Amino acid sequence: MDMLGFLGEALSARNLMFALLGVIGGTVIGALPGLSATMAIAVMVPFTFALEPASGLIMLGAIYTGAIYGGAFAAILVNTPGTPSAIATTFDGYPMARRGDGDLAVTIATIASVVGGLIGGLLLLTLSPMLAQVALRFGSTEYFWLAVLGLTLIAVLSEGNLVKGLMGGCLGLLLSMVGVAVVGGDVRFTFGQRELLGGIGIIPALIGLYCIPVLIDMVARPGQHLEAPPAGRGFRLLEAAGIAIRDFWNLIRSSLIGTVVGILPGAGGSIASLVSYSEARRTAKNQAEYGKGAPGGLLSTESANNATVGGGFIPTLVLGIPGTPPDAVILGALLVQGIRTGPALFETQGSIVYTFIFGLLIATVLMLPVGLLIGRYAFRFIVATPKALLVPLIAFMTVLGSFAVHNHPSDVFVMVALGVVGWLLNRAGYGPSPIVLGLVLGQIAEQGFVRAWMIGGARGDFMGQLIVNRPISWAIVALILLTVCLPLLKTLRNRRMKEAS
Amino acid sequence: MTKHFRAPLAGLAAVAIAAWLPMPAAAFPDQPVNYIIPFDPGGESDISARFQQPHFAEITGQDLIIQYLPGAGGASAWSGLNDYEGDGYTIMGTNLPHIVLQPLLQDPGYDTDDIVNVYIFHFTPDALIVRADSPYETLEDFIEAANEAPGALTASGSGTNSANDVANQLFENETGAVVTYIPYSGTAPSVTALLGGETDAAWGYTTVAAAQGDQVRTLAVAMEERHPNFPDVPTFRELGYDIVGGAYRGIAVPDGTPEERRQELSDIIAEINANPDFIAQMEEAGFAMIDVPYAEAADWMDERKAFYAEIAEQLAAGR
Repeated sequence: MDMLGFLGEALSARNLMFALLGVIGGTVIGALPGLSATMAIAVMVPFTFALEPASGLIMLGAIYTGAIYGGAFAAILVNTPGTPSAIATTFDGYPMARRGDGDLAVTIATIASVVGGLIGGLLLLTLSPMLAQVALRFGSTEYFWLAVLGLTLIAVLSEGNLVKGLMGGCLGLLLSMVGVAVVGGDVRFTFGQRELLGGIGIIPALIGLYCIPVLIDMVARPGQHLEAPPAGRGFRLLEAAGIAIRDFWNLIRSSLIGTVVGILPGAGGSIASLVSYSEARRTAKNQAEYGKGAPGGLLSTESANNATVGGGFIPTLVLGIPGTPPDAVILGALLVQGIRTGPALFETQGSIVYTFIFGLLIATVLMLPVGLLIGRYAFRFIVATPKALLVPLIAFMTVLGSFAVHNHPSDVFVMVALGVVGWLLNRAGYGPSPIVLGLVLGQIAEQGFVRAWMIGGARGDFMGQLIVNRPISWAIVALILLTVCLPLLKTLRNRRMKEAS
Repeated sequence: MTKHFRAPLAGLAAVAIAAWLPMPAAAFPDQPVNYIIPFDPGGESDISARFQQPHFAEITGQDLIIQYLPGAGGASAWSGLNDYEGDGYTIMGTNLPHIVLQPLLQDPGYDTDDIVNVYIFHFTPDALIVRADSPYETLEDFIEAANEAPGALTASGSGTNSANDVANQLFENETGAVVTYIPYSGTAPSVTALLGGETDAAWGYTTVAAAQGDQVRTLAVAMEERHPNFPDVPTFRELGYDIVGGAYRGIAVPDGTPEERRQELSDIIAEINANPDFIAQMEEAGFAMIDVPYAEAADWMDERKAFYAEIAEQLAAGR
């Protein structure tokens, strides 16, 4: 069968239905903080065994891409990332919603997710074997520098209050060390609590640090949570499309960053969106608006995280190495169905693989109508529901979401404790994002560095392992220097000009 | 229904017949059984449970419902095992060396003896794996290179104090070579490190070798006899090193479960484990079958405990 045949197969009524169902289910699950794409896919795997392999895969892929997209809703409307991939979406999404542009933000996120998903999917379709090599070129050293690049965002996010931002980041790094260390196996900061052996979960921390302060704030502040839009205002699709077209390069660059980061096992959507946000802000003309409701920020994070879906499938299918946790579940499903992944997969199982990739692309396109409708409903719901109902409902979801991570009440305690701490710190001027960045990136930075040190030590060339012999690391370090030094230089120049005048 | 069925390999035909026998009324189980996997979905424990699922339904007429309770390398689930009702309808995956090493090296909230294993059904044999283009053609090449520059060769693996870590320690004990073990946060990044050239070798299992195919070469496997799926790969024993083992998997029940139920569950798993189709599926994926039914599980565990206790001391001393 040729490519058109596979496309036709993916467009069959049955496969279209599975793609549609998957996108709807995935979007709803992604929108609910705590319910993750991994769990949704794991629940659906047994059902796919009764289906044709391609159809089952299409449904799993559609759930995955829908869930990554759905995470934006909660990020925009209640400042709580529905999935870790949507952390950076809160930076500009929630400020937009607060100033009455929630509907526009949802539509922008939808367009960005579709474009990002399509670019990631098209690269999966065309350049997989070549791009899979990227996964292999990235060693522990590069993960370390990539995490440091993500951490530089703390400086960007806490402009004008750098010290507090750095202190928040350090708290996050401390939190990331709790539990049994992957490298070395030592037990750290558990204070005898065996529930803490597994560390502080990222999802309970996200829900606690972002959502609880918003909830407290909702109760403390009179008036509606979000302003109702003027009657008769539609999706604002044209307005959003205009913004996307004007910021075309941002969209493309973020999608490419998302695809490449998606290829790296152990990085994933949260890092992809953080790095692309940092790049989008650095190159933007309206830098000062970033973090205060700039549509460009939203475009970058949402296109990047959906691009990781296609990117993550590249090592999964080509190397048999899952790019992300949901990919690991899908890889397991492939194995049980008797499909061997690896370089020969595209030849031996071409019909299944290509039908699946086309199905994934179709599911991504379906996100546009599905997302606009669900997003409109979610927006209207949050706007129209009286606070007396909204607050208990969201509070219930925070408990449910953090419990669902491990089916264990300890995560709920972590969520509530961090929520209260986060609220107090918020009042003192410490934002949640530096803490979350420290928590998410701390593990990756620490493990990357220690492994580089161990390997470098074994080979007697630590500096060579850390940077000297690693061209990819040079590029990342250059980006770090750019991100950190350019604002400093700018400040110095401004000061000098002021003095001169 | 197959109460007297003990010797799986001797009874392949019996299974085929037994499968046709009608179910006695009110037999166990008469409702779905919850099967808790203490890890994230997608790992080896999950995959083997998925393979078992349809056979369980075929034998008992009841569904096996797989749930995931990940956290702290499995300790979250195991520390809560005995809080479940012991009616036979909750079973949990157990993994060695995890359930022995965790209580020895940390305080995970349970003791090895708290866990009632009713069946150990397979293991993933340790395998020393190198890239296909590696200069080390044989295990001897690798050991020679390690002896020339002790500690300069690196081997990636999943986690510290894990089965891979144990394998590296055993290898050092048996061969006298010194290889620097580099722990990763899972099998996927460990294999990536090998394929990308960050490490010289990887400690994995035959399942890893099966998944990676032509990209890698397996120098030796820690089995008593060669793995049917890798007839060309020698065992460590053939090469003169007494290394047999890997990561063992089985199921356990809450300690309140009556003896009768434990035995019934053991019999069901024995029957699954003896199904030729199941064996073929598992072996193709790289697993190696073993059969330790409930009656032998306690003795078998004592033996493994003694074995791992020594290794645990060495691992603790090495850090």
